[in-house]
Amino acid sequence: MATPVDAAPLLAVEGLRTSFVDEGVALHAVDGLSFSVGRGETLCIVGESGCGKSVSALSVMRLLPPPPACRVEGSVRLDGREILALSEAEMRSIRGNTISMIFQEPMTSLNPVVTIGYQIAEAVRQHEGRSWAEGYARALEMLRLVRIPEAESRLKQYPHQLSGGMRQRVMIAMALACRPKVLLADEPTTALDVTIQAQILELMRELQEETGTAIVLITHDLGVVAEMARRVVVMYAGRKVEEATVDDLFDRPAHPYTVGLMGSIPQLGSSVEEGAARRRLAEIPGIVPSLRAMPSGCAFAPRCPLATERCRAEMPPLEERRPGHRSACWHWERAAEAIHA
Amino acid sequence: MTDIAALPADAAVAGPSRFAFSRILRRHPTMLVGGVILVVMAVVSLLAPWLAPYDPIELNVVDRLRPPDEDYLLGTDAYGRDMLSRLLYGGRVSLAVGLCVAAFSTVLGLLIGVVAGYYRLADALLMRVMDGLMAIPGILLAIALMTVTRASIEVVIVAITIPEIPRVVRLVRAVVLSIREQTYVQAAVAIGTRFPRLLRKHILPNTLAPLVVQATYIFAHAVLVEAYLSFLGVGTPPEIPSWGNVIAEGRLYVQIAFWQVLFPGIALALMVLSINLLGDGLRDLLDPRLSRRA
Amino acid sequence: MWVYVIRRILAVIPVMAVVAVVVFLILHLSPEDPAAIIAGDNAKSEDIDAIRQRLGLDRPLLIQFLEWVGRLLTGDLGSSIFLNRPVLQLIGERVEPTAALAVTTTIFSVVLAIPLGVVAAWKAGTWIDQLIMGLAVLAFSFPVFLIGYGLVYGLALEWELLPVQGFVSLSEDPGRFLAHLVLPTIALGLVYTALLARMTRATMLEILNEDYIRTARAKGLANGRVLIVHALKNAAVPIVTTVGVGIALLIGGVVVTESVFAIPGVGRLTIDAVLQRDYPVIQGVILAVAGVYVLINLAIDLTYTVLDPRIRY
Repeated sequence: MATPVDAAPLLAVEGLRTSFVDEGVALHAVDGLSFSVGRGETLCIVGESGCGKSVSALSVMRLLPPPPACRVEGSVRLDGREILALSEAEMRSIRGNTISMIFQEPMTSLNPVVTIGYQIAEAVRQHEGRSWAEGYARALEMLRLVRIPEAESRLKQYPHQLSGGMRQRVMIAMALACRPKVLLADEPTTALDVTIQAQILELMRELQEETGTAIVLITHDLGVVAEMARRVVVMYAGRKVEEATVDDLFDRPAHPYTVGLMGSIPQLGSSVEEGAARRRLAEIPGIVPSLRAMPSGCAFAPRCPLATERCRAEMPPLEERRPGHRSACWHWERAAEAIHA
Repeated sequence: MTDIAALPADAAVAGPSRFAFSRILRRHPTMLVGGVILVVMAVVSLLAPWLAPYDPIELNVVDRLRPPDEDYLLGTDAYGRDMLSRLLYGGRVSLAVGLCVAAFSTVLGLLIGVVAGYYRLADALLMRVMDGLMAIPGILLAIALMTVTRASIEVVIVAITIPEIPRVVRLVRAVVLSIREQTYVQAAVAIGTRFPRLLRKHILPNTLAPLVVQATYIFAHAVLVEAYLSFLGVGTPPEIPSWGNVIAEGRLYVQIAFWQVLFPGIALALMVLSINLLGDGLRDLLDPRLSRRA
Repeated sequence: MWVYVIRRILAVIPVMAVVAVVVFLILHLSPEDPAAIIAGDNAKSEDIDAIRQRLGLDRPLLIQFLEWVGRLLTGDLGSSIFLNRPVLQLIGERVEPTAALAVTTTIFSVVLAIPLGVVAAWKAGTWIDQLIMGLAVLAFSFPVFLIGYGLVYGLALEWELLPVQGFVSLSEDPGRFLAHLVLPTIALGLVYTALLARMTRATMLEILNEDYIRTARAKGLANGRVLIVHALKNAAVPIVTTVGVGIALLIGGVVVTESVFAIPGVGRLTIDAVLQRDYPVIQGVILAVAGVYVLINLAIDLTYTVLDPRIRY
């Protein structure tokens, strides 16, 4: 069961709805998403690419294009403060300060013509009103914190002189430089080699223990989820379809989509044939429906082996099926069968 | 499971083509404006023999330097020739030169570019030649070319065409090189697809859009350069009433008869503007990625 | 880095070689007898023969070319047929106004175009962007002489604010030197400004979509800092490249502008030479101009090592 958070959560997202307006038609990339994360906690948001995970994070950071191209509705409370209502200037003082974000592509997310030290120091300078010297001192401290060897000489180096793993460490150092309360990490290890991935995840866990930063980790990789999270939100086509503790989710998944994502996780009594079937399922057939052509019922129905008439006609509500375990599926009890279909 | 796997998510929203006429007008109003101005100017120029109220060349000293009035809508020049009639005929020169230069430089540039992009050996040599040509400012090269033979419209066209070629070559070569890298083209080569087929099926279709855009800009630039050369006295033979020539003659009287420079200048600006607007619109339409780049 | 620098410097050689061949061939590939063209329409056949001999046009093409290149390498650009003076000297006398106009125009355009392009990109799609880009396409399409005569007519003749035409040397009177350059600079600069602003906007638009800009914004940096430090710094290389390549266009415009404002520069020298068919002068001017163009672009290529750290190593 979810570890209850003592006080009000650090970050509470309520009914988040992000729409892109294209030729007068509003397309909801995120629809009614709610989640919260407390101090020192790690929440994972998992789903295939295009399901709205990254857009959710960018909505929280308010880094999407301004209206009318894009609209963000709902409520995002950071430390009790409603940030969707803040002015752009107020938001800037929070970004990179109280809440920061790291991105999927360490190769392209650092400015190629600016030194690493400068890129870290400028955030410190901006938010804490410190001198450049103090900014660089903090940058050095941060590079050491993320275990970059020869940190001193790295300060004056440019991103192209570092490997992908090192760059992601720099990104983490930059994001944590102002000691944020919440860190949004959007697929931070996807672009990295497997061994480097493990190192970066390990680093994030350690840093979290040291700093108590709440982490929202966005990933498509259930392996990463198992490694990092205590609670998991599964997203599909812009909506939350399941939410549970990590153990609960893996032991008793209550949505066929989650089961599909888990395709390769071994189960008791699996035979060779079943193994083959699972491998097929690991890549769930079909694709995430286009925002323009969202089915009227359950968005997953066209790809779901359990789908019935009802699924195609009626959107299943997200309800608590077991204590602390919510799912949006008419057939949640049979979800695990999806694997044998 | 297979039945749902095949479901194309976007099937229902295939929507109207981006080339649908009404959509073009709505999304690219500048293109409409440019196109309409250009077409009107072209039609009026082509109909010059019927529309022009006077002979554009015949001298009429009695009515020299008359300001615009009801007899001469745009006034007359130092020889009493009707400005309106001269401008109508001048439009033909600009259009002819612009279109010919655009067509010739595009075709030649395409040929050279395909060869350079396709044959490694020729590439080194051809591109050095193009680099050298690009190092000579276009107008100077055109001026130099104008000196080696007696002036005529044909020579003007050749002189303006040559400096325009290198940029087309670079464009085409870049496209050909990038296409060669594509897996499907490498596959086509591997199964023995002949070069002409490769050209027709892969190279030309991919080059067409940027080439059309480039040709439009060359058109606009050529119209300007023709006027510049004539203005400098090294372009179209002075007896032909091209806009540049009209301005070159009128500049002597600019203080007492401003219309001699103003009207041909406006005609020229309007034509170049309309072509550039058309080019911008085509660029946005044919290659949305290009619109961000150029 | 040194490998890059040396490669760039060496790359100048083939370009200039091609320029030399082109300049040489223009005269010799003419369908007509070059000596007759140079001599003019009313020349007697003795005159034509004399010119042919003097220019060595009666000897084999390859010999002519080699001799000509040999002289070029010693810095001898030949002599004017009509003035009977070294071409280099003629260019030297005319270079100040042309260089001055080119420099002031470049400064004017860069100073105006980059902020405009940056603002247009930042406000992309808004009326500000549309206004700037609308003005740009207008300036881009207006012939230099229309703007030039407009300025002369409006500012110089009507209000007598500025000198109408001509040129005063910097050494003679710096104030009047600048006053004489104002109108030509604006007339020529608007076109170049439009070109640069369009290019700056396009480059900035592309860069503003880059991941590292998102990172900069995620750090909570102020808009100015994101635009200048993070975006413009990355746009520097393409912008500087456009400035360099645009010099070819600029020089073409200088020739026309000199004519409009009666400035006795290299452009005028060229036009006079063309009208007199003084071919050695034309060849010399083109070679010199192309040489300057190539050297400027070499210098620009070398600034990349400062602007883009990825080239340094």
